[in-house]
Amino acid sequence: MRFVSMAAALLLTIGASSAAAEEIIVSGSTTVQPLAELLAERYEATHGDVQIVVQGGGSSVGVKSISNGTAHIGMASREIKASEIEENPEMVVHVIARDGIAIVTCPGSGVDELTMDEVRDIFAGNITNWSQVGGSDGMITVVAREEGSGTRAAFEEMVMGDELIGLDAILQPSNGAVRTTVATTPGSIAFLSFGYLDDSTSPIRVNGAAPTPENAANGSYPVVRPLNMVTQGAPTGSIAGWLEYILGDEAQELVASEGYLPVN
Amino acid sequence: MTSGSRHYAARTGIENTMKTVLLVSALASVLIVLLIFIFTLKEAMPAFREIGFKDMLLGKVWRPGNDQYGILAMIAGSGLVTLGAVAIGVPLALGTAVFLSEIAPRWISGIVRPSVELLAGIPSVVYGLFGMVVLVPLVRTIPAPGNVGFGLLSASIVLAVMVLPTIANVSEFAIRSVPRGYREGSLALGATKWETIARVIVPSARPGIISAVVLGLGRALGETIAMIMVIGNSVVIPSASTGNPLSIFLSRARTLTGNIAVEISYATGVHESALFATGVVLFVLIMLVNSSARFLLKSSISRGGKN
Repeated sequence: MRFVSMAAALLLTIGASSAAAEEIIVSGSTTVQPLAELLAERYEATHGDVQIVVQGGGSSVGVKSISNGTAHIGMASREIKASEIEENPEMVVHVIARDGIAIVTCPGSGVDELTMDEVRDIFAGNITNWSQVGGSDGMITVVAREEGSGTRAAFEEMVMGDELIGLDAILQPSNGAVRTTVATTPGSIAFLSFGYLDDSTSPIRVNGAAPTPENAANGSYPVVRPLNMVTQGAPTGSIAGWLEYILGDEAQELVASEGYLPVN
Repeated sequence: MTSGSRHYAARTGIENTMKTVLLVSALASVLIVLLIFIFTLKEAMPAFREIGFKDMLLGKVWRPGNDQYGILAMIAGSGLVTLGAVAIGVPLALGTAVFLSEIAPRWISGIVRPSVELLAGIPSVVYGLFGMVVLVPLVRTIPAPGNVGFGLLSASIVLAVMVLPTIANVSEFAIRSVPRGYREGSLALGATKWETIARVIVPSARPGIISAVVLGLGRALGETIAMIMVIGNSVVIPSASTGNPLSIFLSRARTLTGNIAVEISYATGVHESALFATGVVLFVLIMLVNSSARFLLKSSISRGGKN
């Protein structure tokens, strides 16, 4: 996909070389990537002089890409770490949207509400039986994403604090695989991006708030992560133009229609 | 006379060209293996330098976020799941091979053989999916603390079926190559059909059967996608949950190949290098298996020769 879009961009660049289109390279989080591709496509339709090339690579790669010059804009589906800002103090962070992370269980666990502390203790392995959190007697099976995933990093930062996800958690390498595992494993619990919620799993209310876009927007649902774009210094020229477009009403409506939370 | 020597010259010309072509083909695989190994080793060096060879091989905790890179759990996982697959797969495959070559009437082997070969053509992701939705819930019904179905047993069963066609085909070929005279001699001495199979045919085919098992082992150690889907991928050293030592197979685990496949898309720096180091360990492990098999093969052939 990435290579196809890169190859297409290359062809277009060659074809339009006389017009000298300005190229913006965007790289990083695979969670932000589809949204960025959509926003790039819409922007290019009205700005023929700008070419936006969107590449994946993961949040950490995105943050690094702007300082080493491999991209003009980096994408990250989590908060920028203090260590990353320390490494590159010139970095400017633009929050382009928000995304909620829901806590889900296999239907039939008998529990539909947990506090943040309980969620943390379950994922850390301190609570191991549903009866300890008001459910029926039964072992809790924790399902999580692999180390390095932006969703996992965001969950660890917002929910786990200093605790670590237990080593005996079942790890699956994608949101889709996590959902299938939870749906078919009785007594299991996992975290999922809002975009992956469906009837096969039961969402948990956290601190009393259900995982819905409304609750995430009004702040009552606590596990919400920013989707970031970062630039080296304040953006100028066409880069500033595209970012301005992204934060405008038209683009933010697009953000909402894709299931993310707009920022304005 | 002259036309004869021209023919001769042309023939030696073709002969020499073909020799070179064959030599190049043979060298190509050697070169490719060497290149891959050197590249993997080069990428892995920073990890070995930074983490230390011993800490990496014997470390029990893998938490790249905390700069902990021990792969002992993955070595144990790969070893145990391969052991499980061999324990289930080899008897099954050997039974199939003996049945096909010695017992089955032609029309039955005409049905069984293509079915076994068809098993080899199923993509591993389909095996994984089957394991995830059929096998895992089935294994979950075994009453043991902590058993959720995902783990070594499910993975071993999936893997056993995946290596079955390789082992069955190669062993069948080996059994068929046993000279007819051996069978007839044994039967003429009054041995029953079963005695002939167990005492004469299978022992004579031993070198071929060992090669078959080693081919299967190699495939088992390298299998990735299907394993990721059913083994749970937890970085824990498998342990028995009940008094029965076999319950170790109900434990979750992660394989060396799974470790690479699950994390490579996000890894950078030392983490990425540590994944390449995982690849080096896998490489060495497979080489060890292959060379020990070669050793076994040699000793079994020389023993066969003395009989």
